[in-house]
Amino acid sequence: MTKLNAKIPEGPLPEKWSKYKSSMKLVNPANKKKLDIILVGTGLAGAAAASSLGELGYNVKVFCFQDTPRRAHSVAAQGGINAAKNYKNDGDSVYRLFYDMIKGGDYRAREANVYRAAEVSNATIDQLTAQGVPFAREYGGTLDNRSFGGVQVSRTFYAKGQTGQQCLLGAYSGLSRQVKNGTVKMYSRCEMLELVIIDGKARGIITRNLVTGEIERHSGHAVVLATGGYGTIYYLSTLAVNSNASAAWTAYKKGAFWGNPSFVQIHPSSIPVLNDYQSKLTLMSESLRNDGRVWVPKKKGDKRPANDIPEEERDYYLERKYPAFGNLVPRDVGSRAAKERCDAGYGVGDTGLSVYLDFKDAINKQGKKAIENKYGNLFEMYEKITGINPYEEPMRIYPAGHYTMGGLWVDYELMTTIPGLFAIGESNFSDHGANRLGASSLMQCAGDGNFIIPNTIGNYMADEIKTPKIPTDTPEFDEAEKAVKLKIEKLFSVNGKQTVTSFHKRLGKILWDYSGMTRNEEGLKKGLFLIDELEKEFWKDVKVPGTADELNQELEKAGRVADFFELAKLMITDGLSRRESCGAHFREESQTETGEAKRDDDNYSYISVWEYKGKDEPPELHKEELNYKYVEVKIRDYK
Amino acid sequence: MTIDYLLLIIDKTNKPMNIKLKIWRQKNAKSKGKFVNYSLDDVSPEMSFLEMLDALNTKLIEEGGDPVAFDHDCREGICGCCSLYINGHPHGPGEKTTTCELHIRSFKDGQTIVVEPWRAKSFPVIKDLIVDRNAFDKIIAAGGFISVDTGSAPEANSILAKKEHADEAFDSASCIGCGACVAACKNASAMLFVSAKISQLALLPQGKVEAMERVEAMVAKMDELGFGNCTNTYACEAECPKGIKITNIARMNRHFIGAKIGSQIKQ
Repeated sequence: MTKLNAKIPEGPLPEKWSKYKSSMKLVNPANKKKLDIILVGTGLAGAAAASSLGELGYNVKVFCFQDTPRRAHSVAAQGGINAAKNYKNDGDSVYRLFYDMIKGGDYRAREANVYRAAEVSNATIDQLTAQGVPFAREYGGTLDNRSFGGVQVSRTFYAKGQTGQQCLLGAYSGLSRQVKNGTVKMYSRCEMLELVIIDGKARGIITRNLVTGEIERHSGHAVVLATGGYGTIYYLSTLAVNSNASAAWTAYKKGAFWGNPSFVQIHPSSIPVLNDYQSKLTLMSESLRNDGRVWVPKKKGDKRPANDIPEEERDYYLERKYPAFGNLVPRDVGSRAAKERCDAGYGVGDTGLSVYLDFKDAINKQGKKAIENKYGNLFEMYEKITGINPYEEPMRIYPAGHYTMGGLWVDYELMTTIPGLFAIGESNFSDHGANRLGASSLMQCAGDGNFIIPNTIGNYMADEIKTPKIPTDTPEFDEAEKAVKLKIEKLFSVNGKQTVTSFHKRLGKILWDYSGMTRNEEGLKKGLFLIDELEKEFWKDVKVPGTADELNQELEKAGRVADFFELAKLMITDGLSRRESCGAHFREESQTETGEAKRDDDNYSYISVWEYKGKDEPPELHKEELNYKYVEVKIRDYK
Repeated sequence: MTIDYLLLIIDKTNKPMNIKLKIWRQKNAKSKGKFVNYSLDDVSPEMSFLEMLDALNTKLIEEGGDPVAFDHDCREGICGCCSLYINGHPHGPGEKTTTCELHIRSFKDGQTIVVEPWRAKSFPVIKDLIVDRNAFDKIIAAGGFISVDTGSAPEANSILAKKEHADEAFDSASCIGCGACVAACKNASAMLFVSAKISQLALLPQGKVEAMERVEAMVAKMDELGFGNCTNTYACEAECPKGIKITNIARMNRHFIGAKIGSQIKQ
C-alpha cells in the first residue's frame, strides 16, 4: 500500500485541476531548451503531446514503429469524440460527462482523473477545430453532435465515420509543424525495445531501427509512453495488426506497475469472424446503433434470410431488455447480450455467432440519402469486406476485442511508479474504470496529450533543470542494450518449425475462450495453464527466419508475441483475483438473477495494481482503494 | 431469382482457387531486385489480398525461405500503410479500394497476379514491396498545418464554417497518404496528395490565414523532393482508393498562382 501515491490534489473535485495548475512548479523557457523528452507513440495522445511539448520549447524525440506518425491506430477510431459543450441545450455539463464515465466504468475509476478528463474536453474540441479538423456542421455553420452509447445527451462531435482519422491528422499536423520548427525530431520505423533507468529515474530507451536492424540508444530527462492498448493480444481484434504491448511491457518489467490488466473492452459491433485465415476484425462504429436496430429471430436456429423473417418474429432484444437505453446501451452490456442470445441458440449466420444490425426502419423513415450521409463510409467498408449491401440486408455483427481499459498505472500527474516515466492515452489505465464509453477514447487521448502532460511534466522537469544532458555511454545503457540483443539472439536460436503467427493465433483463442466476454474460476485457471504450456512450446519451436540486421517483420512479431504470453498471464492472474463482476470483467460466479454484472463493493472497490517481481515469481498485488465522494455508488442500471 | 438460388451461386464461387504470383523481390535499397514466381493452391475467394500474402509467407517460412516484406497495419482501409502495385494498378483492380480491402474474389481461378512496389524516384524501395514514403511527411512539415499553439484556440463555435465547405474539406481530408496517386502517375507527381491537404485547409475559415504561404511552401518542397508535375491524365483520381478529386489540383494551382502574383504586391 505504501508504494502507491496517486498524488490527488486537495480541495473540492471541480477545483482540483485549477488548484494543481496554480501551484505546480514551472520551468522557464530558457531552461526548457536544455531538457530532452523521449516520446514513444504517435497516435492522438502522442502526436498531441509532441506538438504541445515542442511548442513549449522542450527538445522532443518522437518514435513510432510505423513508416509515418500518421498511421498510428487512433486513425481507425470511427464514431466520434465527446465533449461537455452542451451545444444541444440538453442538460449536458462537465459534471454529467464525468458522472456518465464513472457510471459507465462501473465505479472502478478514480474520480479526480475522470473529472479532469471531462473538464478539458471542451478545450480539446476548440483545439482540434482550430487545427482544421473538419467536424460535421449544421447549416448555420456551427458544429453538429450525435448521441452515443450509455448516455442520454448528444455530446459526440464527429467527422462522418472517420473521426479518429481526422483528429489524428490534426494532431499530426501540429507535430509536423514542430518538426519544421526544430523542437521535435521524428524517428519513424523505430521500435522501443527497452527502458533505461539511471538512479531510479527513467532516462532513456533502446530502440531497433526497423529498416537496418541497428540497435540504438536515446536519452532524455523524461520518457513519455503513448503506446496504445493491447487488444491484439487476442490475435483477432479490431486493432491494427501491428499494435502491441511491448514498450509498456518492458516498462512493467523495469518497475512500472500495471493497473487492472484484465479490464478489456469487447466491442459489440464488429464484422464477425468469417473464416479461419482471417487476420483481423473490422469494427462497425457504435454510432450505427443510433439508427440501427439489433435483433435475432424469435425462433431458435431460424435459418431464413433476414428479410424473409417477418416483423413479429424478430426479437429486438436490446429494446426489450433495456427499454430506457434500448440499442444505445454501453458496450459491455451490448456485447454480453449478443453472446447470451447466440449461446442460447438464436444467433444468425453460418456459425450462429452473429446478430443483425438492421437499418430498414431508419432508411424508411429518413431516406437512404440521410443514412448515407451519416454512415456512408461504414456501409461501404462493410460491403467491401462481406460482399453484402447493408442498405438492402441487415449487417451481421458480433463482439470483438477492442480496447484495453487496463494499462500502466499512473498517478494524477500521469506518471508511472518509475519517476520520470509517464504514460498517456490508452497505454495508461486511468480514466475508464472497468468499461469505456464510446467516443471517450479520442477525448482522453487528446486531453492527455494537449492539456495534461504539458503541465504535469513541467512539475517534474522543474527539478531536472540542473541535470545536464544524459550521456548514453553508461553501464545502465550498456546493460539495457545487451538485454535487447540477447532477446533477439534467443528468438533466432530456437530455430523451430512453427511460425510466430500460428502461436499468436493459438494464444488469442485461449484468451478469448477463457478470459474474454465472460470468465469463471475454472476457465481462468485452465487458460493460465494452457498459456504457460504454449509459451514453453513457443520457446522450443518458433521459427524466426532471416537475420537481425535487416528489415525483418517476423522478428518484430516474434518479440511482440513473446511479450504477449507474459502479459496474458498477468491478465488472467488479475481476472482470477477479482471475484466480482464489474463492467467488462464478467465473472460468471457473480451475476444477478437476470444475468447482469454483480459488483462487490465491500471487497473489490479498488484498482488492482500489479508489481513485477521477477521472471519466475508471482507478481505482487497492490490495491488503490476507491473512495467516491462526489457520486453515489449505485447498481449500474440501463433498464 | 430467389435468395436460395443466389446463395447457391455464392457457394459455387466459394471454391478454393489456384493463384499464380509474380512478386518483386529486392533484399534492400542497394541491391537489385527481380520478379520471382510463386504459386499458391487452395486460396479461398473470401481471403483478403493481404491474407493471401500471409498464407504465402507462412508457406515460405515453413519451407525455410524468406517471407515477402510488405507494409500493412489497420487492414481496414484507413491507415494508408498498405500499398502494392497489383496487375498494373495501385491497390489492384477494385475501385476506391485499398489493397487490404481487396479480396481474392476479384480475381479468376488460375490467374497470374503481378505484385510490385510503388515505382517512383521519390519513394525508394526499402525491401521487396516496401517503399520509403517519408517524402510525404516532409511536404506536410513544410506547411501542411494551421499555426495554432495548444491553448490559444478560440471557442469552437466562434469559427463558423459553411456546411458545404466543411463537407468538401472533409472529402479532401479523407486522403490516407498511401501514395497511390504518385504510383499511378507517369510523372510520379504528388500533386493530388499535396492539393488535398491544401484544399482541406483553404476551404475552412481557420486555414485561410496562412493559405498563400502554405501553398508556396508545400509546392516548393514537393518540387525539391523530385516529384513530377501534373499533365492532366487523371490517373491519380482514377486510382485513388479514397476518391480524392482532381479538382483539388485545380484549386491548388489557382492558389499557387494567386500566391506567386500576390507576393509581388506588397501591401
